Amino acid sequence: MPKTMFDKIWDRHTVVGGGDGQSLLYISRHMVYDSSFHSFEFLKRRGLPVKRPDQTFATADHFVSTLGREISAIEDPESRHVVDLLHTNARDCGIPLIGLDDPRQGIIHVIGPELGIAQPGLLLVCADSHISTLGALGALAIGIGHAESTHVLATQTLWQNKPKLMRVTLAGTRPFGVTAKDIALAIVSTIGVSGASGHAIEFAGSTIRGLSMEERMTVCNMAIESGARVGMVAPDETTFAYLDDRPFAPRGTGRDRALAYWRTLPTDSDAGFDAEVSVDAGNIAPMVTWGITPGDALPINSTVPDPTAERDAESRTAMSQALEYMDLTPGARLTDIAIDRVFIGSCTNGRIEDLRAAAQVARCGRAVVPALVVPGSTPVKRQAEAEGLDRIFIDAGFEWRHSGCSLCVAINGDTCVPGERCASTSNRNYAHRQGRGVRTHLMSPAMAAAAALTGHLTDVRRLEGAGREC
Amino acid sequence: MLKPFKHLTAIAAPIDGPDMETDVLFPSRFLKKPLGPEYAEFLFHDLRFHADGTERADFILNQDPYRAASIIVAERNFGCGSAREGAVYSLVEYGVRVVIAPSFGDIFYFNCLTNGLLPIRLEAGPVAQLRRHVKELPGSPLGVDLEARTVTGPNDAKYPFEIDPSWRHRLMEGLDGVDVTLGHAAEIDAFEERYRADMAWLFNGDP
Ligand code: SF4
Repeated sequence: MPKTMFDKIWDRHTVVGGGDGQSLLYISRHMVYDSSFHSFEFLKRRGLPVKRPDQTFATADHFVSTLGREISAIEDPESRHVVDLLHTNARDCGIPLIGLDDPRQGIIHVIGPELGIAQPGLLLVCADSHISTLGALGALAIGIGHAESTHVLATQTLWQNKPKLMRVTLAGTRPFGVTAKDIALAIVSTIGVSGASGHAIEFAGSTIRGLSMEERMTVCNMAIESGARVGMVAPDETTFAYLDDRPFAPRGTGRDRALAYWRTLPTDSDAGFDAEVSVDAGNIAPMVTWGITPGDALPINSTVPDPTAERDAESRTAMSQALEYMDLTPGARLTDIAIDRVFIGSCTNGRIEDLRAAAQVARCGRAVVPALVVPGSTPVKRQAEAEGLDRIFIDAGFEWRHSGCSLCVAINGDTCVPGERCASTSNRNYAHRQGRGVRTHLMSPAMAAAAALTGHLTDVRRLEGAGREC
Repeated sequence: MLKPFKHLTAIAAPIDGPDMETDVLFPSRFLKKPLGPEYAEFLFHDLRFHADGTERADFILNQDPYRAASIIVAERNFGCGSAREGAVYSLVEYGVRVVIAPSFGDIFYFNCLTNGLLPIRLEAGPVAQLRRHVKELPGSPLGVDLEARTVTGPNDAKYPFEIDPSWRHRLMEGLDGVDVTLGHAAEIDAFEERYRADMAWLFNGDP
C-alpha cells in the first residue's frame, strides 16, 4: 500500500488507534517556551511530573527584550515574570533549558532546526502554530494548545485526529528577485487563509527541491497562514547535509542508522492526497500584502484592489473593511504606499540567509525610517557579526538587536506607534498585531530593506544597486 | 475534571465578521496573565471596551440580552490565527459553552475541545439562518443537544451536526485527556521502550 510521508511518520508514532477516530501518538520531542507557563501550571495543579524531560526543550523568545540578554533587561514586570517562570519550571522539572543568556538561545522555531532538535521522521510538537517551520526537515511538526502541551508533558503522547492531506506542487524557475517569502505569500494568496483548513500540506515539486533548507523553512512557516496545521517537505541530500554537525543531530553510527530511516520517508510515487494544488513558480513576483490577512498579497507592481470589482458579497465586505483599517485607496499603486517603520526578523525570516539578503540591499543606501534588524537566534546573530552584516546594517542606519520575537508580536517592549505603517518580514498582518491600529505589510527581507531605504513600498528589482555589488 | 456537557438551552449572541482572529478574541497583551476568572474580562476586550475601560455600547456582548449569552454564533474561519489558547480560556470564563460557525481555525477548534468548550460546525446556510434568528428574536434561546448531536433554532428547526465520537464521549463525561491517557500507561511504556531502542540516536546526543 503506497504511503505519503505524512502517513509514514504518523504510523511510526501511533501508540493506540489508527482508525477514523483519534489516535494516541508518541511525541519524539516537545518544545516549550516562555508562554508555556499555563501548561506547567495545569501540570502542577494535577500534581504530575514531566514524563520525559530529556525529550523536552525550553527556550525564551516571545517576551524577551531585544536590548539585552539579562532578565533585568525586560522592562515589564509581568513579562519578566513569565520568562523567569520558564527558567524555574525547566529547572524544577529537569528540562534542558536554553535560557536567555545561553549562546544557543533563539526563537523556538529557529533553534529547532539550527540545533538539530528537528530531524526527518520525528513527531515534534509545540504550543505555537509556527512549529510547522520544522516540517521543512521532513518532520511532522504539529502546533498544539497549552492544555495539550500539559498532556504531552505528563504522558509524552497526544491524542490527535488525522488531518486530510494536501499536496502543493511548485514547478518552474522562480524569476530574479523572487524569494522563499514571495513563494510563501503566493501560496497563501492562491489557497486562501482557510483553504487548507483541516489539512496537512506537503510541499513538493522541482521548485521546492531547489530551495535551500532555510528557504523551505520560510515556506513551511507560512503553511499555517493557509489554515493548515502542518507543512512539510520530503528530506533529501539538502536536508542531510544541513543536519551535519548540529548539536542534537546524530553522528557516527547513529547517523548511519538515522539516515537509513530518513531515506524511507519520502512519499511513495503512487500515494494519493485528498487535495492537490499546483502553483507555477515562474509566474511569482516579489509580493507584499495590502490587507489584514496574509492571503491579501499581490505582486509589488500591482495596485490596491477595488472592492467594487469583487463579485462575492462576503469578500467585498471583507476587502472594504481591510482597506479601511489599512487606510488605502483602491487603484493606488502599491509602490506609492509610504511606510513609517521596518522590521526584519521573526521565525519566518530571521535566519542568516534572510539577513544576508537584507544586508545586500541595505549596503546600497541609508534607512530613511526607523528600521529594526532582529536575528532569529543568538547563533544567527553571532554568524551575522562574523560576516560583518551587523556593520552593514548599522552603517546604513538600521538598528541591530539581540534575538527574540520582537516586533512580530509586539508584546516584549518592541512595538510600533499606534497608527503607524510597518514593512515587516513576519508572517501575520492581522489588525493590531504589531500594536494598536498598526498597519502591517508583509514582504521578504530584501523588500523590507528596500522599503527602509526609500520610505515607501519598493520593488527591490528596480532599486539602484540591488542584486549587484554596490 | 471538566464540566460534563450533555444539553444546553441558552441565549446565543451573533458575532459578526469572517476570519475572526484569536488576536481579536484575546488581545496579545493579556498573554502573560495568570489563569483565573479575570479572563472573562479579556474576551473581545478591545471590541468590548474603550481605552478608558468603559463599555462600547455598540458591541453585541454589551447589549441585553446578549450579555448573558452562553452560545456564540459566528462566521466562517472563527478563531483563526495564532494558537493562542487564552481565546478559549476567556470564552470559558465568560460562560460560553458552545460556539457555532461554518468553520474554525484548526488549533482553536481543538483547543475548545480540550478545554471542554463545544465547537459546532454547521453549513454556512444554517449558520446564517441561526444568526438571523438570534438577531431578529433577541433572547429567544438556542438548544444544543450533544447526545442527539442537534442544534435547535428559535423556530424549532433542528440542525444535525457531526463530532468525532471520542471527543463527544469525553465532553459528555467531562473527562480530561490526561485521565483517558493514563489508562493506556502500559501500552505507552511498551511503545516507548521500543521507540527509544529503535531511534537510539535521539537519546545519546549532547545534553
Ligand atoms: S517570531 Fe512571531 S510568529 Fe514566530 S514564534 Fe515569535 S511571535 Fe510567533
